[in-house]
Amino acid sequence: MSVIVDLKKCNGCKNKETPLCVKNCPGDLMAIDPENQKAYICKEEDCWDCMVCVKLCPCSAIATKLPYQLALYKATLVPKVYEDKIKWTCTDIDGNKEEFEIKTLEI
Amino acid sequence: MATKEIKTEIIETDILIIGGGTAGCLAAVEAKEKNPDLKVTILEKAHIDRSGCLAAGMNAINAYLNPGETPESFVKHVRADALGLIREDVVLASAKELNNVVQKVEKWGLPIMKDKNGQYAPRGRWNIKINGESLKPIIAEAAKKAGAEVYNRVIVTNFLINNNRIVGATGFGVRDGKYYIARAKAVIVATGGAAGIYKPNNPGSAHHKMWYPPFNTGAGYAMGIRAGAEMTSFEMRFIALRTKDVISPTGTLALGFGAPQVNAKGEQFMKTKYKHLGGEGAPTPIRVYAPTKEVKEGRGPCYMDTRHLTPEQVKDLKASFLDMYPGIVLYWAANGIDPSKEPVEICGTEPYIMGGHCQAGYWIDPDRSTTLEGLYAAGDVAGGNPYKFVSGCWAEGVIAARSAVDYVAGVERLNAENEESEKERIFAPLHRYKEVKEGVTPSEMEERLQKVMDEYAGGVTVFYEMNDERLEVALKHLKRMKTQAQYLIAENLHDLMLAHEVIDRIDVAEVLVNHLLYRKETRWPGYQTRLDYTERDDFNWLKFVNSKKNTETGEIEMMERPYTQIIPGDRYLPR
Ligand SMILES: Cc1cc2nc3c(=O)[nH]c(=O)nc-3n(C[C@H](O)[C@H](O)[C@H](O)COP(=O)(O)OP(=O)(O)OC[C@H]3O[C@@H](n4cnc5c(N)ncnc54)[C@H](O)[C@@H]3O)c2cc1C
Ligand code: SF4
Ligand code: SF4
Repeated sequence: MSVIVDLKKCNGCKNKETPLCVKNCPGDLMAIDPENQKAYICKEEDCWDCMVCVKLCPCSAIATKLPYQLALYKATLVPKVYEDKIKWTCTDIDGNKEEFEIKTLEI
Repeated sequence: MATKEIKTEIIETDILIIGGGTAGCLAAVEAKEKNPDLKVTILEKAHIDRSGCLAAGMNAINAYLNPGETPESFVKHVRADALGLIREDVVLASAKELNNVVQKVEKWGLPIMKDKNGQYAPRGRWNIKINGESLKPIIAEAAKKAGAEVYNRVIVTNFLINNNRIVGATGFGVRDGKYYIARAKAVIVATGGAAGIYKPNNPGSAHHKMWYPPFNTGAGYAMGIRAGAEMTSFEMRFIALRTKDVISPTGTLALGFGAPQVNAKGEQFMKTKYKHLGGEGAPTPIRVYAPTKEVKEGRGPCYMDTRHLTPEQVKDLKASFLDMYPGIVLYWAANGIDPSKEPVEICGTEPYIMGGHCQAGYWIDPDRSTTLEGLYAAGDVAGGNPYKFVSGCWAEGVIAARSAVDYVAGVERLNAENEESEKERIFAPLHRYKEVKEGVTPSEMEERLQKVMDEYAGGVTVFYEMNDERLEVALKHLKRMKTQAQYLIAENLHDLMLAHEVIDRIDVAEVLVNHLLYRKETRWPGYQTRLDYTERDDFNWLKFVNSKKNTETGEIEMMERPYTQIIPGDRYLPR
């Protein structure tokens, strides 16, 4: 596993020229399924876990899931991107939450 | 689809930049600023907003002259870190640009952390801390604003050549399936280094959990090799000291948070066994050689001891990783790891070939011209200039652009001899899939390459060690594998990209093994540990090992180039 697309949340970026995950993945791994017009990852094992698609998805539909050989079920790390900062929420395996707010742009 | 049905797109430009990454974006801005009338074109494999090393972000700039330092003091440090052998002329030229480029990018919006007096907050002698999550979109935006024409999702495969001059490049669209011919007056290659040559630390579903981007596959090296460019120092491989499993940078732990290395017995072995080389501040290869040796001799696992950190510091540490390598924060959360309670396990990575930390790459002049007319190199693909990191790549991009702008003033654009033949070569794996169906998949070939390199050319499972006999075996396998490229099959355009990635990696591996064989000393323990020539030998080997493919016979020809000391002083002391 690498990234998981929540099909209920993904709207296929219909208003965009190219869906943002498809546009930005540095490994050309995200694609749109012609059947349901939603995103999927074509080669899970090739994901670098850079979290670019996770950060840029306008619907927060993508989550990172590290390979189970490296990481136990079911901690999460969820980013939310703003114009000049990013907020991260990390929930560990015991359910403890930690939040971070980090500047990304000097405006 | 037959080759003739594939659409061709012809681009005509003044300066062609291959790879819109760290170096490529800065080169584009510089070229447009120096001469706005020139057409500057970037061909990028991914999308320049989030490609290459900077895709996930950065948390520090590792080559900056903090107050009190000079370009000369920087050269001394870099020379000692690379165990006494660098291109001092090339390093000096980029050292002079470091602070200018950083300030330039700060003006574009990069948040740089400041101390109480409003000065950049230093992290060691050469580092400053940044909030660089958006570093890549910031420099990409600058390149676009400057007026560079950008083609995303074009995989560049070879140079266009006319009478030994580089006159452009060819490639294919991984999304549109077109064949691209880009004719240019000058070309700057900036495709980064090569990952995926050796068996990765993590197998199977985690094979891409590596530090260097698995999507930088050595294309720029391979194109140069095939065109007969002179390459240098491939034998100085880069093996990074990283956190185990997710392979995150340890500089953040060491420089940012003062964490020392300890072995399983709790011994701070850098301080005890490597005091004479600088202890925790020993040259970078020694810092990976030492823990590897501890593990080999039964004193592993090794750690970076973070148990002195307060909860606030741990939070800062995590924030720092989120700017660059978010996976480790999730990894800690998933495994219940609290770095203030337990030390962080470390390891050496699978070896990479890159000229940004080490010095594998094109043999260049201080103006970043290569040995092929019309071709300039910048960033991790350029050789002889280790310790360049983000800012050194920017500096190199800027210098290459200035030289290219001067060069194009006096030349015409030419068509090339290989415009058509390359089209056949590119699309062959797709045709083979359609027509013959069976053959070798790119991932099968990649796996075999990585296994051969790991076992016979000093991979992680043999503690990075090698001897002549093993290297000869590697070479024999590689020669065979090269003849198998004709059997590669690609079901779709993405797989066609993977096919060319493995072709490129094999070309890089062949040159690498020739370099490893040639240097009969151990200059860089860890990076290049010879079992049969265990000592450093300045008397015979204080020189560069270079190579050039004979484009007629296909043989890799080895040659030596002298080292020249410019900055006086003891070459093994960083001050
Ligand atoms: C995870 C990580 C963390 C790092 N942390 C730091 C740090 O904190 N501080 C620091 O100073 N340095 C750091 N470095 C080092 C620094 O990031 C690199 O040395 C530098 O970014 C390399 O720049 P480059 O332009 O050579 O390569 P890149 O920026 O990787 O650019 C290469 C570009 O070429 C493109 N490309 C590749 N092949 C092709 C092809 N065939 N056709 C077209 N385009 C192609 C790629 O997609 C990419 O956009 C880090 C590196 C990594 C990997
Ligand atoms: S970016 Fe998000 S919403 Fe858009 S296609 Fe991808 S997953 Fe769906
Ligand atoms: S995490 Fe990165 S490599 Fe993985 S699918 Fe998303 S963008 Fe691509």
